[in-house]
Amino acid sequence: MDNETRNQSVCIQISSDPAHLPRIREAIQQVAMNIGFSEEQIGKMTLAVDEAIANVIKHGYCGCNDQPIEVLINPVERDGHQGIKLVIRDFGKQVSPESICGRDLDDVKPGGLGVHIIRSIMDEVIYSKADGGGMQLELMKLNKP
Amino acid sequence: MSISTIKEIRRGPSGTVVEAQGDIDLRFQPEFQKALLGVCGEKPPRLVIHLGLVEYMDSSGVGTLVKISHTVKVNKGKLVLVAPNARVRSIFEITTLDKYFTILDTEEEALEI
Repeated sequence: MDNETRNQSVCIQISSDPAHLPRIREAIQQVAMNIGFSEEQIGKMTLAVDEAIANVIKHGYCGCNDQPIEVLINPVERDGHQGIKLVIRDFGKQVSPESICGRDLDDVKPGGLGVHIIRSIMDEVIYSKADGGGMQLELMKLNKP
Repeated sequence: MSISTIKEIRRGPSGTVVEAQGDIDLRFQPEFQKALLGVCGEKPPRLVIHLGLVEYMDSSGVGTLVKISHTVKVNKGKLVLVAPNARVRSIFEITTLDKYFTILDTEEEALEI
């Protein structure tokens, strides 16, 4: 893994191996703590990002564990609130962003909860097809009381 | 390094208690599920999954618990979750599964109901 820290921004390049998930969680926790997010908010944000990367591994790369994933973590300020913005970029399968939606929670069955979790936690969730192949996911969360 | 998600399995007259531990995420979910399905195969009348030592759980872990709940129901047994920390409890709340699962504070309560 290659980490670059500059003005609290963190760019992490990992392979699509679930073994890297804890390091991503730690990086988000660190940036979010510096911004002043509560422990509860940090826990939820790390869960959202974890779910996003798990979806890349499972669906974008079909479980293959040696493919590239880039995670950019940036502090932001909007409307007078500090926050955190994350960009998750993969080079796997492209799908229509409109097709990425959560499922009906009343149907209790294993799987398919990740997108619901991400959308429930983050203030902004934008999926797009990335130039050059793969998908890009932008996530943003503001630190509001 | 191999880290087990199961610390201990205790079998008693009131049911079986599985004490889970560590991070239950995409890395360790297959092992967690395999262990729980093995216990389900014994068809205990009550299966208590103690989550007190689980530090982190993602949707793959929750999905495993849903799968186990379906298996326990087929076996006409009862599934109870015990003592999740605030972080683990929040994923049940976000997915509204806190209303689906029986979640209690202590193992003793879980073995009595």
